[in-house]
Order: sequence, then C-alpha cells, then structure tokens
Amino acid sequence: MHRITKLACAAAAVTLAASACSSNSSTTSSGSGSTNWATVTSASAGGGMTALIAAAKAEGSLNVIALPPTWANYGTLMAEFKAKYGITVNDANPNGSSGDEINAIEHDKGLATAPDVVDVGNSHALPNTNLFSDYEVSTWANIPAGLKDANGSWYGDYGGYISIGCVAAKVAPAPCPTTFAELLDSSYTADYKGKVSLDGDPTSANAAFSGVWAAALASGGSLSNIQPGISYFGKLKSNGEFNATGDTESTIEAGSTDITIDWEYLNSQYASDLKSKGITMSVAIPTDGLYSAYYDQAISKYAPHPAAARLWEEFLYSAEGQNGFMGGYARPVEFAAMQSAGTLDATDEKLLPTVSGSVSYPTESELTTAQNAVTSGWATALG
Amino acid sequence: MISLVKKLGAWGAVLPLLGYCAIALGLPIWAILWDGLHLTNPQNTSETTGSLTLANLTTSWHGIYLKGLETSLRLSLFTAIISALVGLFAAYAIAQSKGRYFKQAVLTASGVLANFGGIPLAFCFIATIGTGGVFLSWIQSVWPSFALDTFSGVAVVYPYFLIPLMVLTTLPALDGLREQWKEASANLGGTSWQYWRHIGGPLLFPAALGGFVLCFGSSFAAYATAKALTDGTVPLVTTQIASILSGNVIAGENDLGMALAFNTVIVCGVMMAVYLPLRKRSAKWLES
Repeated sequence: MHRITKLACAAAAVTLAASACSSNSSTTSSGSGSTNWATVTSASAGGGMTALIAAAKAEGSLNVIALPPTWANYGTLMAEFKAKYGITVNDANPNGSSGDEINAIEHDKGLATAPDVVDVGNSHALPNTNLFSDYEVSTWANIPAGLKDANGSWYGDYGGYISIGCVAAKVAPAPCPTTFAELLDSSYTADYKGKVSLDGDPTSANAAFSGVWAAALASGGSLSNIQPGISYFGKLKSNGEFNATGDTESTIEAGSTDITIDWEYLNSQYASDLKSKGITMSVAIPTDGLYSAYYDQAISKYAPHPAAARLWEEFLYSAEGQNGFMGGYARPVEFAAMQSAGTLDATDEKLLPTVSGSVSYPTESELTTAQNAVTSGWATALG
Repeated sequence: MISLVKKLGAWGAVLPLLGYCAIALGLPIWAILWDGLHLTNPQNTSETTGSLTLANLTTSWHGIYLKGLETSLRLSLFTAIISALVGLFAAYAIAQSKGRYFKQAVLTASGVLANFGGIPLAFCFIATIGTGGVFLSWIQSVWPSFALDTFSGVAVVYPYFLIPLMVLTTLPALDGLREQWKEASANLGGTSWQYWRHIGGPLLFPAALGGFVLCFGSSFAAYATAKALTDGTVPLVTTQIASILSGNVIAGENDLGMALAFNTVIVCGVMMAVYLPLRKRSAKWLES
C-alpha cells in the first residue's frame, strides 16, 4: 500500500510540476555578452574555447544527474572539472537510471536544478533527440560514426564489452570460463552450479540486457535476433547453473555469484576492489559473444547552464577526460583515434582486458525488437 | 457564519480531510488513469501521440503483464495465508504471556521488522542462505528443489516482514479477549473447543482477516526484495512497473506503466472494500 501511495503521490507531483512549468521555457541567458550558448552547436561557433570557458565560469555551476562517483571514474572526473574551471558540479540522484534522467529533463524543465547534461544508455538516447541540444565537441571527428548522432544530438562517451568475471578458487577444479560455450560444457556443469549471474533483471538493467545479447551472438543469434540468448539462459537455468541473484561486489564477496556476466568495467572494478580482500577475480572478454555498447552524452535542451554543459562535454572529450574514463576501466569512445595519436594513458590502457575481433552496433529498430523479445520472453523462459 | 457551520455540522468537520484525500489520493489516481488512457508510442501513422486509447490497458491485461499480475496475486495470497496463520498463533502466545516488558519488546521489535524489507533484507538472505553452504544444504535435504532465486525462495523471504505485521495488527484484538468470558464459558460447561468455536473465534475472525488483508497488501506492494533476488525471472507487476518507469532498457513506455499501476489500484480497491467493513465489525464487538 505505502509504495503504491508513494508512487501515486509522485505521479501527482510530477503532473502538477509538468503543468505548472510547461508555460515557462528556459529563458536563462548565458553569462557572456551576446552569445546565446543554449543554441550554439560547437565551441568555435560560439567564439572559441576561451569564450566558452568565460561564459561557463560566469554561470558558476553545472547540474549533472545519475553519475555514481565509483562508476567509470566519474567521482575523479567531476573533481578534476571543478578544480580546473572552478565550476561547482551538482550530482542529483547519483544512483538513478537512464529512465530517471529522461524523466528529470522532461519534468524539471524551467527549474534551476534541472539537469544540464545526461549520460544515458543508447536505448534512451535514440528516442529522445527532441529533448537534447545539438552540439559537436572539438574532437567530434575522433568519435566513430556509428557511436554518434549525425546531427550532434547525442554522442557515445565510454563503454565496454560484456565480460565474464570469475573467482577461480570458487569454481575449481573447472577452469574460469572464457567463452559462453564453455559455460554450457557438460563436464563443468557441476562446478558452475548456482554460480553464473547477470547484473540484474534484463528487462530493466542494461548490463544484464547486454549480457543476454552477447549470449545470443554466441549461440547463433544476431543483432536482429536476441531469442537464442534468452534460450541460452533458459538452458543455464535448467542446468542449475544460473543464479538469478543480481551480481554486486557484495554478492561476489559473499560467494553467491562466482561467475558474473557483466560489463568489463564493472567486473574489473570489482576485481580491483576485491583484491585487497584476498579474493582473486579474473575478467575475460568472451571471443564467441563479442558485444559492446557505449553510454551517450547529451545536453538537455532546457539546460539552466548551457555554457557549463558545453564546457563539460569539451572536458569529457579531451584527452584528460577520455583517459579519466579509462582510469575507471571503461573504454573511451575516442580510443582508436587516441591510440594512433599516442595520447592514451599507458598505465590506464593496461587495465583493460584484451579484445580480439570487431563488433557492430544495433540500430534503433533492432534495439526495440530485442527489448520487446526480452520483456515478453525472459520470465517465461526462466520462470 | 455560525449558522453555516451549524448547517454543515459533521460534514463541515470532515471537509478538510475529504479535501486532503481528494488531492493526495484522488488526483494521483486520476493522473494514472489519464496517462494510462493516452498513447505515447503510436504504432502506425494514423495515430498521433497523446490521443485517447485503450491500447495500454489492453496490453496490461495480456501476455507477460497478465502473468505478472497473476504471479503477484499468487505470491501475495500464499505468503499472506502463511504469515496470517503463523502470526496469529505467535500473537496469541505473546498475548498470553505475563511479562509486560516482554510484550512491549515484542511489539516494538514487530514494528521495526514489519518495515524491514527491500534490498537489505534480500541481501541478508543471500549472505545467509545463498547458493552454497550449510544452511542451504539443510534446507535442501528436506526441500530438494528449494532455491532463493525462485518463487519458493521469495515466498520464504516475505514472511520475514509479514509475520511481524500480523502480530502487530492482531495483538490488540487478542488482548481484548477477556479472561472472564473464558471462565463464563467453562462455568456453563463449555469445552475449550466450544469456547473457540462460538466465542473466541467469531470475536477474533474479523481482526485476523483484517490482518490477513494487510499482509496481502504489503506483500503485493513489495518489490525491491523480489527484484534483488530473482532478476525478473519471477514476473511481478510491481517489478514490471519499475522496469518500465525507471529502467535502463525499456524506453518511452511510461503510459503502459501507468496502465499497470492502475491495475494495482483496482486490486487495492478490492482489498480495501473487503478490509474496511470487517474492521468496523471487529471494533463493534470489542467495544461492547
């Protein structure tokens, strides 16, 4: 009852806020003279980086949302941005989801606390371009074409591959699995029993959803057919190997989820944290199910600090920002360009597991088809 | 002015409360229904965004969403029956005890435990039972198919906060059973069975059923525990709403989420329609 009442109250508040605010559009003017940064589509179009920095400093603060400090090194990145430009970074709802971020853009518009920039999964960037401001960072050419919107509405920032994390001591005598096929190897079934987990519910957690897709690629599926992935986990479940408890650092530490199919940057972060607790965890990128996805940056159309928002993007896409993501075990979107330019941080680069092979990315319609298939098929296949 | 107040009488006194209810409960239900009846993602070009439609409600009554509602109802009924039975006996034992401080301590603890749910509770069970170890092997020696991440696992975890809730709601009624009634029944030659069949039982029944309905509602509304334990392999209407409204995978289906929320409002409405008259009856008996 209480939760439903709460949800209902939240709905009421949201409706009230939306109707109250729909009449005011964002009228915040930028700090610097004549340039209206809210409509500027690149730093040079607004008068260059110096002008952008001055305008952003005049605004004084930046509203970000749903950035966990321990996720992809965001804590350090926010601190560095603040130290470099003297702009306060307000991180609302640090553990929120992409859905929460989009809701905040829609419902907080006109408020001084509305988000300036968002970091959302691709599934939430594609259908919401009408909420974003077009902007191209100065290193725009370094972002691979498949990972950005042609008009500059959204652009990939960091990402990674689906990986298999494993605590070797807990699965012995079987080896740590490095492919999806190995997980189904009947000679290891007994050793993997009850140990294989995803990062939550694939109908709501992007990492779990991507894990299912990677499994699909390994079992005869494709970007247009995720069904084999659902069947794959159905098989793991009937073998008794699948553990439906979503993995977190604590469940690995507790020995409940010894094999974790998750983003490489999460598994690597867990491995690094657990090392000090005497748990040795390895991270491998499965060669048979190579699936990668990138999170996307976008500037809210209703950003209360349009210049600071643009400066934040310039910062994230500078060598400093991109290497910052890598310090958090994530793969920066400009990885290839930086590798050839020699600007990658050598120490951080060593943190990343090796990858062989190349990947392609789903289109919007493939994404929708896969979401529908997982939403309707997951519980039925594994229930 | 005074005559107006007099004319309004009792209605005048209750007016602020009604106004509050209209805003705090009526408005959200209206908002849910409004959103649930509108279209966000038109499937073909003849429809436009924001037009009136029954599509969301229809979808919410089919396929996986129907299954979610069914599983939610099944889980809530099952856990509520178990918790109501165990809780009632526990509450009776507590009511019979002579220790005043013991009773107070149990009541306070029940108040705390009845609100102890969500991810912390799920993790307590994962850490204790999990996938390997002594506790699990004990449980599996009597219940081989048991696993924490299945329907049966969730059904074992829920009573942890439902039983204290049952104790909390039925203890006042059990305290209201006067010792003299039992003695009077015995004086007239009634056996213990006859006392419970004709006196104690009918007096307790409404309160016990009321407690059961509360357990049902609490179980129906809970979701974080199930979400952390089962990764969506046990479909529940509450986790489905959460996935749609604030997930990272499904985008732009908010109106379907509202339609699902409206279904839960219907379930709650039915539940309250059962609970309120029963509570009234129970109170009448115990006051006399």
